[in-house]
Amino acid sequence: MSTRSRSRPALGRAPALLLVPAGLAVLFLLLPLVALLERTPWPDLPSRLVAPDIVDALRLSFITSTLAVVLVVLIGIPLAWTLARVEFPGRALVRAFVIVPLVLPPVVGGVALLTAFGRRGLIGGPVYDATGYSLPFTTAAVVVAHAFVSLPFFVLSVEGAMRATNREYDVVAATLGATRWTTFRRVTLPLAGPGLLAGLVLAWARALGEFGATITFAGNYPGTTRTMPNAIYVALQADPDAAIVLSVILMVVSVAVLALLRERWFDPAVQGATRP
Amino acid sequence: MKALAARPRLRGALAAAAALLAATSLAACGNDDSGGGSGSGSTGETGTMNVLAAASLTEAFGELADDFEEEHPGVKVKLAFDSSATLAEQVNQGAPADVLATADEDTMQTVVDQDGTVGEPSVFATNHLVMAVPKGNPAGITSIDDLDKKGVTYVVCVDTAPCGKLAVKVLDASGVTAKPASEEVDVKATLSKVELDEADAGLVYASDIVTAGDKVEKVDLPTDNENLNTYPVAALSGAKKPTLAKQWVDLVTSDQGQRVLAKAGFGKP
Repeated sequence: MSTRSRSRPALGRAPALLLVPAGLAVLFLLLPLVALLERTPWPDLPSRLVAPDIVDALRLSFITSTLAVVLVVLIGIPLAWTLARVEFPGRALVRAFVIVPLVLPPVVGGVALLTAFGRRGLIGGPVYDATGYSLPFTTAAVVVAHAFVSLPFFVLSVEGAMRATNREYDVVAATLGATRWTTFRRVTLPLAGPGLLAGLVLAWARALGEFGATITFAGNYPGTTRTMPNAIYVALQADPDAAIVLSVILMVVSVAVLALLRERWFDPAVQGATRP
Repeated sequence: MKALAARPRLRGALAAAAALLAATSLAACGNDDSGGGSGSGSTGETGTMNVLAAASLTEAFGELADDFEEEHPGVKVKLAFDSSATLAEQVNQGAPADVLATADEDTMQTVVDQDGTVGEPSVFATNHLVMAVPKGNPAGITSIDDLDKKGVTYVVCVDTAPCGKLAVKVLDASGVTAKPASEEVDVKATLSKVELDEADAGLVYASDIVTAGDKVEKVDLPTDNENLNTYPVAALSGAKKPTLAKQWVDLVTSDQGQRVLAKAGFGKP
C-alpha cells in the first residue's frame, strides 16, 4: 500500500459528481446518530447505566454474542475454507444458501428456527419427546439465533479473504511436502488473518444488535433472553427517553469495542496482509 | 402412485382458487347492489375516512367497515391496526386520522389530554384475559393455578402493553408464583407462541381466542373487575371527515356494531 501511494501518478482533481454524493452518504449515515445523541437526556445516563435490568441486559448481550462468535468461528472457518478451496458440484448453491440468512428478514429467521429447533420442530420435536429438553426461551436459544444471523457475515468475509490470497502458496506448500491440513493451518489461515478478524468483528457486532430472530425464537425475559435490543424495544413502548438512553449505551459500547479491536489488531494485520 | 397422491392436493388448490374468485366476485356484486341503492346513509361527505384501531379489533372493525361502506356509497374506510400506545402517539404527533379506538382508557386519555378528541370518548366494548393452550391441551391446564405446576411453560405480554398490565394483575390476584418463560411484545406474539406449541399456555384476550380458530383452546379465567379492559372510541378533532367519523362512532356503539363485536369475542361495555 505504501509503495503504491508513493508512486501515485497525478490523476487530477476528484470530480464533484462523486464527491458530493459521497458527502451526502456520510451525512445520511451520521445524521440519525447525531440526532440520537442530541435527544439523549445525558444526566440520566449514569443512573440508567447501573440500573440492574440494564446491567443484566448488557451482560446477557455480551455473553451471548461472544458465545455466538465462538460457535461461528468453529463452524465458519471450515465452511469458508471448503467454499474457497474445494471444488465440488453445487458449490454455488451452497454459497447461495449461506447468504440466505443475510437477506432473510430476521423475524422470518426466528420463525424458521422455531420450526427447526422448537419443541414441535423438525429436530427439536424428537429431542423434546425423548428428553423433555426444549430450546426456545433459554439463553442457549439466544446464542443459536445470534449464530444463525451472524454466520454468513463471517463466512463471506473469510471466504473472500481466502480466495483473494494466491492459491499458489498452497501449491508451493504442497510441493514442499505439506499435507493439506498443515497447509491450511500454516499457510491459508494466517494469510486470511485480516479477513478472519474483520469477519469476527462483523459477526460479533451483528450478534450484539440482533433483535428479530432473538425475540421470535428465544423470547424476551429479563436475565435469560432479554438482550439489549429487546430491552430497547420494550422501553420504546413505555418510555421513549429510556429507549434512547439504552440505544446510546449500546451504540457507545459497540463503537468502543470496535475501536479497541481496530487499534489492537486491524492495522498491523492489514499491513501484514498487503506486504506480500 | 405419486401422481395420484398429488392430484387431490392440486384439486384442493384449484377449489380454493375458485372459492376465492367466487368470493371476490360476490363481494363485487354486493358493492354494485349497494351502489345502486337508495343511498339514504349519504352525508354529503365522500372519499376516504381513516380509522385507527387497536390490533385486537382487526376482525370486528374489518366487518364493520364493509357494512359502513355499503351504507355510505362513495366512502372508503381505511383501517390501520397497531398497538394502542403507538396509535395514540401517532395521533398526538398529528397523523391524519378521523377516528381512534384503543384497547384501554389510559391510552385514550393521552389523546384527550391533548384536546385530540371531539367530546368525551365512548366506551363500546370490553375484553378480558383468558388462557390459550395448544390444541389438545398437552400440559393439561384447567385453571390458572396449573401455571405453578412443575415443567409448565407459559407466556404473557410485556408489562408495558395493556394485555401485560392486565396479566400482572390477574397473576397477582391468583397468587401464581411461577415466572413466565417470556414476556412477548404484544398479544398476537403471545398467542403465536401458543399456536406454535412452544408454550403450554399464554394469557391473551378472549377476542384473540375467537379469531385464532381451532389452533388453540380456551381455558377461562375468573372475570372479576380486575380482569377487564374497556375499549373507548372517539372522533378526532383533526378529522377531515367529521360527520363520517361521528357516524362511525355511532355504528360501533349501535346494536349492529355490538352484534359484530360480540361475535368477535368482545364483552358489552
